[in-house]
Amino acid sequence: MLKLDKVSKTYKTGDKALHHACFEVPAGQVVGLIGPSGAGKSTLIRCINRLVEPSSGSIQLGDTELTGLNRRELRRARRRIGMIFQEYALVERLTVMENVLSGRLGYLPAWRSYFRKFTGDDIAQAFSLLDKVGLADYADKRADALSGGQRQRVGIARALEQNPELLLVDEPTASLDPKTSRQIMRLIRSACQERNLPAIINIHDVLLAQQFSDRIIGLRAGEIVFDGPPDALTDDVLTTIYGDEDWTQLRGENGSGDQGEDASGVDLMESA
Amino acid sequence: MNHSSLNPQWHYRTPGQSLLRWLGWFWLVAFTVVCWQIMNENTIWAFVSDAPQQAADIGGRMFPPAWGYINNLWHPLWDTLNIATLGTLLGVLFAIPVAFMAATNTTPSVRFVRPLALLIIVSSRSINSLIWALLLVAIIGPGLLAGIVAIGLRSIGFVAKLLYEAIEEIDEKQVEAIRATGASGAQVIDYAVVPQILPAFWGISVFRWDINIRESTILGLVGAGGLGIQLNASLSTLAWNQVAMIFIVILGTVVISEWVSARVRQAVL
Repeated sequence: MLKLDKVSKTYKTGDKALHHACFEVPAGQVVGLIGPSGAGKSTLIRCINRLVEPSSGSIQLGDTELTGLNRRELRRARRRIGMIFQEYALVERLTVMENVLSGRLGYLPAWRSYFRKFTGDDIAQAFSLLDKVGLADYADKRADALSGGQRQRVGIARALEQNPELLLVDEPTASLDPKTSRQIMRLIRSACQERNLPAIINIHDVLLAQQFSDRIIGLRAGEIVFDGPPDALTDDVLTTIYGDEDWTQLRGENGSGDQGEDASGVDLMESA
Repeated sequence: MNHSSLNPQWHYRTPGQSLLRWLGWFWLVAFTVVCWQIMNENTIWAFVSDAPQQAADIGGRMFPPAWGYINNLWHPLWDTLNIATLGTLLGVLFAIPVAFMAATNTTPSVRFVRPLALLIIVSSRSINSLIWALLLVAIIGPGLLAGIVAIGLRSIGFVAKLLYEAIEEIDEKQVEAIRATGASGAQVIDYAVVPQILPAFWGISVFRWDINIRESTILGLVGAGGLGIQLNASLSTLAWNQVAMIFIVILGTVVISEWVSARVRQAVL
């Protein structure tokens, strides 16, 4: 379980990226974090594993208070938090297998990881994860030889290889086509259900967020302005999060996401 | 008809910029004229006027090259290759830690360690191999060792500078991703930084080896071993046909080393 209490982040430049964020995520819940660009979604996610240092507040993962940890303890805590990135963030020149196994680095002394001497269990788990994401034959391919969707699958396998207690997902579908986006979201969701894993997914696409989350949190200018089930995301709520816009077109009569995106494009032109 | 006065005007440069450019060119021409005058003051035209004869004379003495002399050159050539190769290895060995200390994204301390690393790079780069060799021959005596250390010292700065620039250009997202798994600092460098800079590293090292082969052919002039010793001896005895033979050997070696370095760089990219 993850618990945030009054988490704030002010950058050195004086930008208030996050203000008093409070929420709890129970085991197995998938939270979709939506909001306009620059609302602090990315900052919020990175404050949890402290890739960004929060300015104040408390973050608890299980019994561990994450904010006060020293470097060594922080590394131990990060092992428990899997992260999936926008544009995959795989190490391009390493093989798929090395990328997946890098999820175990926190458990391995440096000399063993240098010689790529991972334990048998780690390797077996990596193979079964690759099999699960449909890339069993790609283990020895270099990451830069894969397509976008395949790379993000490797990214998912790397995060799950950590056997995490929490999944942080930052814009997983930002550079993928609509069909691949859905496959990736489905994969993340089923992994969470299978492992009873809580997840926070940063996402731009409101329809995807509604379709694949148990709960939606809306951020606007660093503050949480909505926290509720996906069907409670009414036009009024969307206006609170994103500002004025004709939202009826977004959902569209046909309901499918691809057309929804097209519709919002037309929408923009009309209002201009 | 009078469209030009109606149409909006657009100029590539503002009048100020045009004036500046004109002044720049004017300055360059004036400078050339002045330099030409200074140069001519110290030229003895009598020597210059018979330059073609002199060149033809030396050329004539060079030809035909002393082909048989090559048997005296194998050993110094081997020395030269060793100086270049061992010197490059030495330089690269020291350049790696210096590069990691100098790159802003891997340095342990921007305030203290980085300036020190940059100082090492600058001092190594500012002194030519030949000068290093002069100093080292005086300190550790003439011979191969002085040559190897001279090449090594000169290479540290070159390799470290290019390598730290490569380190600073890496994709930080990959670093962030590895750090997020709970990896230690050493593991982040091993998994996220090294794979990204490896092609640059090989390219730089082989390029420096290639340069070092050329530089080590002349180190013998100051007594640091290799072909240069032979060259010095032949020059001072005016044995021009031997000098020609040495030039041919140097040319051959450089061509081969360039070919090797081009192949290696192709292979690692």
